[in-house]
This record gives sequence, C-alpha cells and structure tokens, in this order.
Amino acid sequence: MDTHIHIEEPKKPFSVHPKKFAMWLFITSVVMIFASITSAYIVRQAEGNWLIFELPNVLWVSSGIMIVSSIFMHWAYLSAKKDNINNVKVAISGATILGVAFLIGQLMAWADLVNSNVFLVGNPSGSFVYLLTGLHGIHLFGGIVFLLIVLVSTFKFKVHSKNMAQIEMCTTYWHFLGGLWLYLFIFLLLYR
Amino acid sequence: MSTEDTMHNNEHDHEHHGNFWTTYVFSTDHKIIAKQFLISGIIWALLGGALSVIFRLQLGFPDMDLTWLKPILGEWIDMQGKLDPEFYLALVTMHGTIMVFFVLTAGLSGTFSNFLIPLQIGARDMASGFMNMLSYWFFFVSGVIMFISLFLETGPASGGWVIYPPLSALPQAMSGSGLGMTMWLLAMALFIVSTLLGGINYITTIINLRTHGMTFTKLPLTIWAFFLTAIIGLLSFPVLLSAALLLIFDRSFGTSFYLSEIYIGGEALPNIGGSPILFQHLFWFLGHPEVYIVLLPSLGITSEIIATNSRKPIFGYRAMIGSMMGIAILSFVVWAHHMFVTGMNPFLGSIFTLLTLIIAIPSAVKVFNYLTTLWKGNLVFTPAMLFSIGLVSYFISGGLTGLFMGNSAIDIQMHDTYFIVAHFHLVMGSAAFFGMLAGVYHWFPKMFGRMMDAKLGYVHFWLTFIGVYLIFFPMHYIGMAGFPRRYYSWTNFDTFNGFTDLNMFVSVAAIVTFIAQFIFLFNFFYSMFKGRRATANPWKSTTLEWTTPINPGHGNWPGDIPKVYRWPYDLSKPVNEEYSKKLSEKEIQEMPDFIPQSVPFSKTPETNFQNENELIALEKEENKAIVVNEEK
Repeated sequence: MDTHIHIEEPKKPFSVHPKKFAMWLFITSVVMIFASITSAYIVRQAEGNWLIFELPNVLWVSSGIMIVSSIFMHWAYLSAKKDNINNVKVAISGATILGVAFLIGQLMAWADLVNSNVFLVGNPSGSFVYLLTGLHGIHLFGGIVFLLIVLVSTFKFKVHSKNMAQIEMCTTYWHFLGGLWLYLFIFLLLYR
Repeated sequence: MSTEDTMHNNEHDHEHHGNFWTTYVFSTDHKIIAKQFLISGIIWALLGGALSVIFRLQLGFPDMDLTWLKPILGEWIDMQGKLDPEFYLALVTMHGTIMVFFVLTAGLSGTFSNFLIPLQIGARDMASGFMNMLSYWFFFVSGVIMFISLFLETGPASGGWVIYPPLSALPQAMSGSGLGMTMWLLAMALFIVSTLLGGINYITTIINLRTHGMTFTKLPLTIWAFFLTAIIGLLSFPVLLSAALLLIFDRSFGTSFYLSEIYIGGEALPNIGGSPILFQHLFWFLGHPEVYIVLLPSLGITSEIIATNSRKPIFGYRAMIGSMMGIAILSFVVWAHHMFVTGMNPFLGSIFTLLTLIIAIPSAVKVFNYLTTLWKGNLVFTPAMLFSIGLVSYFISGGLTGLFMGNSAIDIQMHDTYFIVAHFHLVMGSAAFFGMLAGVYHWFPKMFGRMMDAKLGYVHFWLTFIGVYLIFFPMHYIGMAGFPRRYYSWTNFDTFNGFTDLNMFVSVAAIVTFIAQFIFLFNFFYSMFKGRRATANPWKSTTLEWTTPINPGHGNWPGDIPKVYRWPYDLSKPVNEEYSKKLSEKEIQEMPDFIPQSVPFSKTPETNFQNENELIALEKEENKAIVVNEEK
C-alpha cells in the first residue's frame, strides 16, 4: 500500500460535453458551406454580367419572424433552467410555429421573385438568391424537426434543469440558424 | 482510483454480447469499424490499381491486342482489340477518384483514426459510436454507387478526378458526363457526409475523452496528425460539397453558375453568365487541403514507427506538432497554385507562389526530424520501419519537385504534363500509401492478435519501393519533354516517339509493382488466421494501445483505463548520474530501453531527470488529499 501512496495522480484533462461539442463542429461545417457559397457569389459578381434586381420585401418580414422565434427559443431555454415546464411547452411551440411561418415567408419571397421575372434558371445573380435561401431553408427544416423532438421530450418530462443538454443544443442550433439568416440577408442586401 | 472510475468500469466489465450482425456488420465498436474501413480500403486500392494497369498497358504498348480483356471490359475493347479512347479517360478519372478519396482518405484516416484514437488517448470508444457506424455506412453506400457507375453503358465519370466544368457539366461534351457524372456527384456527396461524420467524431473524441494525465503535449504524434487531419477535413469538405452542389444545379436544373456562352455542334446553349474558373476556386479550396488530409495521417504514423524502431525519442516533438499545424494552416492559402494557367493575374500568382514555397519550411522540418531521429538510433528494421523510411524517401524526392511546380513561372511549362503526375504520385500517392502500409504492418498485432510474416514483408517492401521509383522517376523526363497527362496515345506525335521505350519500361514496372501487392494481400489474410500469435507489446512501444489485452474487447481495457504520466517517447532514456554510480554495468544494460506512458515517475528513479523527481515530490502532496477522499 505504501508504494501506492507515492504514485502521483494525474488530473483529468480539459473536456466538455461531447455531444454539445460535436454540435459546434457541425455548425462549423455548415458555416464553411455558406462561407464558400457567399464567397463564390462575390467572385462571380466581380466578373460582371450581373443582373441587378430588388429583393422581395417579404424577406424583411421573415427576418423579423426569425428574430422573434429566436427569442421564443431562448425563453424556452431559460424556463427549462427554472423548471417551468409549462412555459417551455408554450415557448417551444411558439418557436416552431414561427419557424414554419418563416419558411412560408421564404416561399412567398420565391413567388415574388418569379413574379418579377427572376428565375432559378437564368442569370447567376438570381440563382444564387434561390440557392442561398433554399439551402438555409433545408437547414431550418432540420431545425424544426429538432424542435419537435425537444417538444416531445418536454411532454415526456425529459427536459428540466437537471437534463438540459438536448434543449441547450437545440437552442444553440436555432440561434445559429437565425444568425445565419441575418448574415445571408444583410449579405444579399449589401452585395446587389 | 476515484469512484467515478469504478462505476465506469463496472459498466464495461461484462462481456459485450451481440449476434453476428451487431458484432461484425453494424458494429459501433471503433476497432471493428476501423477494420471495415481497412478491408474496404484494400478492395478499393486493388480496383484502383487494376484500372491503372489497364491504362498503363495502353500507354506502354499502344499496339497491343487487348482482346483478352474483353471478358471484363466488354464493349470498351473494340473489334481490333483496342481500348476505347473515351473509356481510357474514364479509367484515369476513376483511378484518381478511387485512390484519392476511397483509399487514401477513407481507407487511411478511416482505419487509423478510428483504430488508434481511442486506444492511444485512453478512451473506451469514440464519442459517438453510432455516428461512427453511420460514417462507415455512408462511405459504403457511396462506394456501391461509385462501383455501379463503372458498369454504365455510357461509362463512369470521365472528366478527370477534378471534374472541371463545362466538360463535366454537359452530357453532350462526352459520354461520361451523363449518368456516370451524376452518380459520381451523388457518391461524392455521400462520401463527404461520411467524412464529416467521422471527422466530427475524431475531433470530439480527442478533445474530450482523453484519459487522466493525457495533456496535449503528451499525445502521440499519430493523434496530433489525425486531429489536424480531421480539422482540415471539417473545414474543406463542406466547400467541395458547395462546389458539387452548384455543379448539380447546373447539370440538373439548368442554372448557369459555371456555364457561359457555349456552342455545341454549332448551336448555342441557353446558359449565360457562368464562370468555369469559379468551380476551380471552390474545388481547389478543398483539393489542396485534401493533399494534406491524405498525407498527414501517414506522417503521424511514420513519426511513431520511426521513433519506436530507432529506439530513440522523436527528434523535436514540439517542432513536429508546430510544423504539422503550419502545414494545416498553410494548406488553406495555397489553392490557386493549381490554377496558374487559368489566366490569373500574375501578381496574384506570385503571392500564391510565395505562400506555396513557405510550405517547404514545415515540410523540411519534418524531414530533418525524421532523419535526426534515425541518426545513430538502434535501428530495428521491421517491415513497418522500412515502409516508414520509404515514406521519408518519397517525401523528399517528391517534395523537391514540388518546389518546381509551386513556382508559377516553371509551372506554366510543367502544367498538366507527366511531371506533375510524377510529383504528386511520389509525394502524395506513394508516400501516403507507404504510411498506410507501415501502419498496417505495425498495428496488425493489435488489430488481429497475430503477427504478419516479416520475410514476406521485406520482399513486399523492396519490390514496391524500387518499383515505385522505376514507375515515377522516368515520368519526370517524359513530363519535362512536354507530354501532357490524360492523353490516350502519343504515337501520333513525332516529338514523343523517342519515349516509346521509356513508357514501355514504366508500364512493365507498374505491372510488376501491382503484382507485388498480392504478396501483401496473401500475408495480410493468411496472417489474420494463421499468423504467429502476437505478444502484448511486440515492438516494445510506449503508447497506451499496447497496455490493452492482446485482443482488446469492447471498452478496450478490462479494468481501469491506465493513467498517463509521461510523454510517449521515453525510449532508451539514459540512467541518471545518481544511479549510474549505484548500479552495476550489467544492471544498467538489463534495464528495458522503453518506459510506457502509463508508468509513473516514482517507479523509475533510475532514469528520472532532476525536474521529474521534483514532479513526484509535488504530486505526493496532492496525493494525500486523494487518499483522504477515499477514506470518506
């Protein structure tokens, strides 16, 4: 036993929740996708032959919806931390419904674009808008599925202050999608 | 031992029971998944190699009657026994795609990152076994799609592994750009998903699941290499996905991201305003880091094997980490050196030349460190060691020509000739391949509990090592003479008639080298079942994987996970002054020449340096607190 006492005990090295960490890595790769497409946009625009058109006004509305949805999501997160489960249910449902509303808004924006003769097929300046909004929409659809999963586990009483990992990850992803949309919108406004 | 550890153990102590499907097919155990990647990689390597033999036959023996290949290639061999020129392009394309992505990315990273990360950092498994399994099966489905595309009537993708539009975007351009290209893109999209799932897992595991005491500066260099590889992959593969996505839109939905003002058969296509150069930017933003995704794991494996078999600590451990980081960062800012002939602004070209040449510095640091590790070492020439030294040799000879290619002025002459083929086959292809083979020879005992036959390994090494040089060295001359790559035949050009014999020579060397790989295949599969049984630590290595049972089960260590006290390169550590007086000559000689990472300093007073003795004293005090805790 004496020999054992003299053995130095190494410490556990730095570590965080592996799933949350993996979520951030996933977000990194999504960032790279959008970074590459927006930089392709800049490179392509610099070459000329670029159709200039007005962005549909409905995008302002959907941006607002996205911000409110993010606020709802954060409310859900804070309520879960305080074990206020009823509020969590309301807040997540709100965030989900607003997420769906956002997607509808994006579809209306596409319809507006078609009405003003900007099509997916044609000058790349239009194609890029469809591509960026569409790709963001697909990621947002994934986010809505994630929200529904969290909503179901809230109803099963699996989301509370001692079990925050899932809702934390969902909050992270949802805020990220909101931030990503604002980036894309501002980008499209600035680089016409 | 803390209570948390005890609880963790109990979860894993019982044997993991499962049926054949869950144990060997849909397994979530990192060791099984690694073996799945390895076997798939070997099958793909054979296929990729066989394709290259077929086009080498065409290049070396243009008049040869290839009717005997008809049973395999069918209509691609015409009535006169000639290889179809379109299919020649398909062969070159698929050889490149298979080797770069399926063998040297999935086969190499997939095998060794999966196998070694948990074993060497002291973890029970990957962060997410399920994601790890998904990663393999995405790769598998991607492979199935790519394989099926080989048998399409219109042929597989044929526009080169770089799939530049407009050639790859327009089915009218060549038959391979039809369904074959669609399947190529689908397969690659799945492949990217697989790589990202794997990469996220590797990074998460390395950062979060290290055992007690395993700080970043105690990680084996293999793990550092896999770590940086995964980071590069995570940042660059999504960009390839974007590039492919835009190409898919151009091909399938009629957009004009890459297509502009094209006439085919006198008729104008509707596409206007696209930029084919845009694709090259996006592609090479992945494409260049991909070179290091392929190479870094092999460099890491080599560091480990060379240090172990030189019985010396790796020279410049931190310099090795630093240079790998340097390579990883620089790999993202040099992509345009693939595009010097695209009409790029010469000033921009000179910037990319400069950045490219800077990569020579960390690369040279690595080479010097390998050589200085070998210098005056007690070299043990295991097959793995030979392959590692082979890697260093290719890394030097192939790297030197990189200096030529990196200069925009010279590159304009060399671009798309056999010079570049020789360059990247040596520095990336063969070097990475040798690292992979070295890894298989070195960790085979850990994978299968048996040894591979060393004598067959030596035969395999010498045939392959010499063979590779015989194949690729002459190509430098052919390339400098200006012969372009991807050409079906050169007999029509008077300029190149002088190279007929040299080409024949290259082809013979390629065929012999390919056949030599069957020695390895036999050795691999025979040893798996009939090989000599391995001992626990056959190479007298210091890293944690050799502290597991000979056939580690699910969870890797039956008891506690060992703790780590020292760096992984305490090989031939000298006896300190105090003990060299106390111990007799014989006692000193009989001491083992390696100290595993799991041995605390308090157990090795003979070799501790002064500062290490102080570490014990410090930690004794900490230990008291821990003892008190246990009494509670």
